[in-house]
Amino acid sequence: MSLQRKKFRYLGESLIEGNIKATASLAIVVIFLILFFILRESLPIFFNPEVQQEITFRHFFSGIQWQPVSDNPRFSLWPIILGSLKVTLIALLFAVPVAVAAALYSSEFAGGRLKELIKPGVELLAGIPSVVLGFFALVVMASFLKDLFGWQIRLNAINAGLALGFAVIPAIYSLAEDAINAVPKSFREAALGLGATPWQSATKVVLPAALPGVSAAVLFGMGRAVGETMVVLMAAGNAPLFSFNPLESTRTMTATIAAELGEVVFGSGHYHALFFIGLVLFAVTFAINLASHALFEGLMTRLYGARK
Amino acid sequence: METKHNRLEIRDFSLYYHRTKALEDISMSIPEQKVTAIIGPSGCGKSTLLRSINRMNELIDGVAVEGEIRLDGEDIYGRNIDVVELRRKVGMVFQRPNPFPKSIFENVAFGVRMGENGRAKDNLDQVVESSLKEAAIWDEVKDRLHRSAMELSGGQQQRVCIARALAVEPEVILMDEPASALDPIATAKIEELIFRLKEKYTIVIVTHNMQQAARVSDFTAFLMLGKLVEFGATDRMLTNPGNKLTEEYITGRFG
Amino acid sequence: MNNKRRIGDNIRIGLTGSAVLLIAAILAVILGTIIIGGYKSLSCEFLTKPSTDGMTAGGIFPAIFGMVFSLLIMLIAVVPVGVATAIYLHEYARPGLLLTKLIRGAVNNLAGVPSIVFGLFGLGFFIQFIGGGLDHSLGQSGLFGQPCILWASLTLALMNLPMIIVATEEALRAVPQAERAGALALGATKWQTIRHVVLPQAVSGIMTGVVLTISRGAGEVAPIMFTGAAYYLPYLPKLPTDQFMTLGYHIFVMTTQSPDIDATVPIAMGATLVLLALTFSLNLVGIVIRSHTRSQLRKGR
Repeated sequence: MSLQRKKFRYLGESLIEGNIKATASLAIVVIFLILFFILRESLPIFFNPEVQQEITFRHFFSGIQWQPVSDNPRFSLWPIILGSLKVTLIALLFAVPVAVAAALYSSEFAGGRLKELIKPGVELLAGIPSVVLGFFALVVMASFLKDLFGWQIRLNAINAGLALGFAVIPAIYSLAEDAINAVPKSFREAALGLGATPWQSATKVVLPAALPGVSAAVLFGMGRAVGETMVVLMAAGNAPLFSFNPLESTRTMTATIAAELGEVVFGSGHYHALFFIGLVLFAVTFAINLASHALFEGLMTRLYGARK
Repeated sequence: METKHNRLEIRDFSLYYHRTKALEDISMSIPEQKVTAIIGPSGCGKSTLLRSINRMNELIDGVAVEGEIRLDGEDIYGRNIDVVELRRKVGMVFQRPNPFPKSIFENVAFGVRMGENGRAKDNLDQVVESSLKEAAIWDEVKDRLHRSAMELSGGQQQRVCIARALAVEPEVILMDEPASALDPIATAKIEELIFRLKEKYTIVIVTHNMQQAARVSDFTAFLMLGKLVEFGATDRMLTNPGNKLTEEYITGRFG
Repeated sequence: MNNKRRIGDNIRIGLTGSAVLLIAAILAVILGTIIIGGYKSLSCEFLTKPSTDGMTAGGIFPAIFGMVFSLLIMLIAVVPVGVATAIYLHEYARPGLLLTKLIRGAVNNLAGVPSIVFGLFGLGFFIQFIGGGLDHSLGQSGLFGQPCILWASLTLALMNLPMIIVATEEALRAVPQAERAGALALGATKWQTIRHVVLPQAVSGIMTGVVLTISRGAGEVAPIMFTGAAYYLPYLPKLPTDQFMTLGYHIFVMTTQSPDIDATVPIAMGATLVLLALTFSLNLVGIVIRSHTRSQLRKGR
């Protein structure tokens, strides 16, 4: 008997490990493939003379009209960038206070049983498909709000923003709750021990300590809102108007791709322009998510030192 | 070949955790079919030393070793050593009982099943029975072999874990404070068991309990701050320590 | 204790609590509206008949069929890859290694890529590059290089990969380290330890991930709009290379493209109710398994 390595066993184990490792690396490959193929379909705008006869980079930022299908096509991104910003802002104005307050309530004030209910409840909201939210906003909510406030236009940025808020509340809530829960119990005990009320402990000690994480949650929600498609496609009225008025119909970058990619002529300037919008979306959400992640990790490091 | 008496030879063995030295130049011989206790204040590296003997330390990131540990003359840190083979020869019992959430039978059969050629499967009933008997738990569990091991008491679980280790037919058994999570009665049973097991196996036991070392071991190694202070026959060492530090430790002046 | 301050505090706490109530109300209103609006449409025929008269009458069977078909392919693709990735990250990878960091970063980012970008990617990569390439080398046209169930499902699979990975990792984390050590100390190899000790205990956690992935996959529309889903098909898909109808997209099409919206809305409500019932029950199952697993964990097992 010796302790020398058994060849077959060693081989089997390294085969398995190798396979698992290769499979795990797929995630990296996929991210690069996404970037590569979105780039590949957007770059002709910069480098292909034929495409450039139709559209160049300059078109994206000149004028204020997105009219890709007309005798004199316009490709200004301003109206749809504005649309995305407008709808995202409205969604966040609505969702952030609700989600953060709910997270604070459930981790600081709610009793055991209620707490056990809130989280699954929010998860259920998260489980509503965005097409259902869009359907609800389009068929039910829009008419209701129009009648309630006497709006001129049924499908507008506020309608879409609210519905989008429904979609991002769970995202913000769950990350904010994680951040608040990550604040060590000793902080609360110290505050209460010094005679602070539970409200003071929650708002003067816990929330400030969790602030980077809560900001991360807000950014995370923002990434979601910018990237969300179906809700805005269905609820915003789909008109690429350059308007700051939240009561007019609007169109986001995501909705533009969704609405037009189906009918676009393959290889046309319009086709490449839609991929370019996708590239912008990819880059923007990438940056937002990176920042969100960094903030959250920063919070964890601040609270617990270097991560295990 | 080494002398038959010394199954395990530790020579100039050092272990680094990242850059800190956790064990320093340890040399000792662990004799066959005896119980060798490793004692010392907490954090002295006794568990680390024990886990070096079946290379369980490798599961932790940033561990590096120097020197040799020889099992029957073969350096277990040498090239092309099969840790799986090593661990089948050097069994281990942990501080807290850690049965798998499977039946008692499956727990004991686990190591056998994992062995590639092993014994024939129809032999398994017999192996399980004899291992459980050897671990002095058979009578308590023979009617419930197919019930979950998690239902047993801590002391019973620990003996099932010992049976589980025995089923693989090891030569050496490492025990990492095997009774520290147990009550006095369960502890006494484990100690009794250790006493009988040394007829067949070479046992190395880590303990923080001096009385336990005195009761069960033939030899004792006293470790402090990662260094071996003294090694010798237990009765000699506990009555007439050769080193001032040992004396201070066993008389309870620190620890 | 200052009484005034206490009252003020309680009001403020009540206000944060009302945020919870608002969330509950949103949930209730959406559910209520769709249940009330949709239950009248539900019937056996509704679930088993195709849609007729330009989607103003008939049922939703082809959409359900197509959805199940595509979700099956999605699962076949995403579960093994996701579970293997999680096993690598939790059992094999060393945390400091560059590869580990890259994989983690990639998974995080994948989770943040907008769904419509997945749709673009599916079109550019699966349909044009892979499908078109296959067609080209097989000397034919329009078999693989066009939208179909296969490409839509694979696009969905990529999109849901992070979800399976995260769920599986959580399940693996729940398996006590002491049991791995126990198995290894008995001379089990690393893979044997994973296969016989770790995975059996992680199964329920992995199932949670699978269930939630099905639920999410069922509701996603943006990634499949251009990669395989069809407005309307007069026949059921037979092969993964066929186009398909699916519930989520069907709802979208009915409400935005219908020639007679008033006739379509009740049907769309019914279809939405079916989709919602499906995703909700899947989510409930997932949440229940998860909270069960977590409470087991808290008990030490």
